[in-house]
This record gives sequence, C-alpha cells and structure tokens, in this order.
Amino acid sequence: MADERNFRLKVITPERVFYDGDVNMVEFNTTEGEIGIYKGHVPMTVIVNPGILTISESDRARNAALHAGFVEILEDKVTVLAEIIEWPEEIDRKRAEEAKARAEERLRSKSPETDVLRAETALKRAIARINLISS
Amino acid sequence: MASMRDIKRRRGSIQSTQQITKAMKLVSTVKLQKAKQRAEQSKEYFNCMYETVVSMLAKAGNINHPYLKAGSSSKKGIIVITSNRGLAGGYNSNVTKLITQGDFKKEEAEIYVIGKKGRETFQRRGYSIREDYSDIVEEPLYSDAMEVSRKVLDDFVSGEIGEIYLAYTGFKNTVVHVPTLLKLLPVEVAEKTGKDGAENAQKNAAPMNFEPEDDAALELIIPKYVTSLIFGGLVESVASENGARMQAMDSATSNAEEMIDHLTLMYNRARQGSITQELTEIIAGANAISM
Repeated sequence: MADERNFRLKVITPERVFYDGDVNMVEFNTTEGEIGIYKGHVPMTVIVNPGILTISESDRARNAALHAGFVEILEDKVTVLAEIIEWPEEIDRKRAEEAKARAEERLRSKSPETDVLRAETALKRAIARINLISS
Repeated sequence: MASMRDIKRRRGSIQSTQQITKAMKLVSTVKLQKAKQRAEQSKEYFNCMYETVVSMLAKAGNINHPYLKAGSSSKKGIIVITSNRGLAGGYNSNVTKLITQGDFKKEEAEIYVIGKKGRETFQRRGYSIREDYSDIVEEPLYSDAMEVSRKVLDDFVSGEIGEIYLAYTGFKNTVVHVPTLLKLLPVEVAEKTGKDGAENAQKNAAPMNFEPEDDAALELIIPKYVTSLIFGGLVESVASENGARMQAMDSATSNAEEMIDHLTLMYNRARQGSITQELTEIIAGANAISM
C-alpha cells in the first residue's frame, strides 16, 4: 500500500527513536503557530511549541504530546528532534493536572523570584498533556 | 621463609579479594552493555542535531549573536564528567588531567563537577567548584542534562563566565576510551566545519529556511545543542566508566590468580619442607635411642 503522497517521518528523542514510518500528513504546534505538513513542503527548520503532534498514517491517525525540540522539514522527509515527547498512554493524568495547578498558582502569585517563562512553559506542557488524553 | 600458616592466611585473603573483583567485573559488564546500548540509541539524535546546527551556522554567516562570541569575562566554565565510584583504572584521573595539566589557569577555571571523584580531586587541588551535580551520573536522564545546561547558559549570558568547556570520556569501543575536551560556547563548529557545511548546504538543492528567523532560531537551538552535547557526554562517559572498570577488574582478577598460584607453590613447598624436617627429627631421635 505504497501511497505516493506519503513521506518519511522520523521522530527522534535523545533516549530512543520514538517513531519511524511513512505517513500522509503531520501536524504540530510551532513558535509561529500550528502547521500541517504534506509531502513536498518547502525545506524548513522550525522550533516546537508545546502541543499535540498528530501523525496521519494511511489508515489512521495517532497523537502524541510534543513539548520541546525542533523539526527539520525536507521535501520527502521530516525529522522531529524532540526533547520531550509522549504517547497518550504514557501520560499520567493526575500528575499533569497537578502540574497545571502548580504552574497556574506560580503565575498568579507573581512574586519577583518567579521565573515567568518557565512557569508558562510548564503550564503549556500540562495543558498539552491534558488535551491529548481528553481528546 | 614464611610459615605455612602465614602463607595460607595470605592466600585466603587474596582469594576473597579475587572473588570481589570477579563479581565487580561481571556487574560492570552488564552495566556496560546497558550503557552502550543507550549511547548508541542516542547517537542518531546528536548526529541530526549536529548537522542542523552546522548547516544553520553555515547559512547564518555573520550573525552577531552572544552565543557565537566569547564573553568579556576571562573565567572559563568547565563541565567535568567523572564517576562517583573508584576502582575504574585511570578513568577518573585521565579526565581530570585534561584540566589540571591542560592550559587552564587555576584562578580562571570555574568547575561544574559531575561525579564525586572529580569533585574530590579538584577540591584537593584548590580549584573553585561552582556547582556539583554528582547524583545524576548513575543514570543520566535528558532532563538532568537540561538542568546543567540551563545553569551554565545562565552564567554565560549573565557574563560570569566567558567560555564553556566540557571534559568527558568518549566511548570508542569497549576497550578504547578517549578523554575529550570540547568547547561548547562560543560555538566553534562553523570554523572547523564551515567549509564542509557550506558545501553540504550547496549540495542540498533547496536552501533551508528557518522559522522563526535566523537570530531567534539560533537563540532557541543553541541551548538545545549544548544540552544534547552534555547529555551525549554523560551517556558516553557512563559507558566508558563501566568499560574502564571492567578492564581494571579483569586485570585485577588475573593478577590475583597469578598470586594465588605463586602462594600455592610456596605453601606446598613449605609443607613438604616441614614434613621432611619432622621425618629427619624422628629418625634422628630413633637413632639416638637405639644407640
């Protein structure tokens, strides 16, 4: 079932090869906004923002929570260098909700020693995780 | 000549030492296999990361970004990866020698130490130790590397250190480990591989675009690059540590074997000697009575 609209997607983390296969489309969130990629995209390197990575294979779609990293897009190959990425079944809902509450609390308190950027990223991550498992 | 009992006791103690070294060798063999596998699994990530950064810098050309030039401070931050445990042959001292016998001035070095053995060495020699991350060496996670790199980059950006180096042990194969000193910041890939990078970039028919634009992308990718190098250093060092320990324990075991053989020979000789002596004494006694 070699579909000629398919291209090769590789998702690599420092600890393992997360995904390697032929896919139809891939969608994710970048610093510039959400994008979806088909075969033949302009070569581009983009930075990831925490969000959901959707992999559309020929017959089904798979989701994963992608938190940090960057993506190298070539015409017939896409490489995701992910620092942190998880399949839905690897996510602990309770932990994600706790993390969300914690990050919100930190942002609300606005004490001078709060690292706002870090808290925001943590919040985004937690939201991405929760969205993924509730979808 | 030592008495029979002394020799026997000595042999016994060497035997139990040998049992320990043998067990340690087996343990480090298993750990080595695991560490080796991890090092190999993570390699792909670093190759990709390296290629991306090189092609980016080749394209970026003359961007004037703080990450690409040395800070004003003469202090040099050095991340040193050693082990928490000894008995690994020259593993730890080979790494620390890169700093103590290299061209670093003691006053200028700020050590970010990973591994208790390294900390002890640098403390003894009076180096200034800025941070200690010894507890991550047992099982390095990527998040640990992120923490270290965040800290050093903060110090770099705030101007407290002007350059960042990484000292670790590269893992070539089970028996060859190379102590390596790597300059992390300012990034130097462009100078060394600039030519190759440029050629490669030209080979790729379509030029790579960056989103967000070069400066911003650099700002985000360089920390990831540094983190991945630190993580790579950690993983390789762990593999090397276990390789070095396995070798050290292997030779300790065979040395013990040799000593035991020698002592067994001495023991038997002493035993025979004492029997002969006893016999001579009995015969002499019998002779004296019968006379």
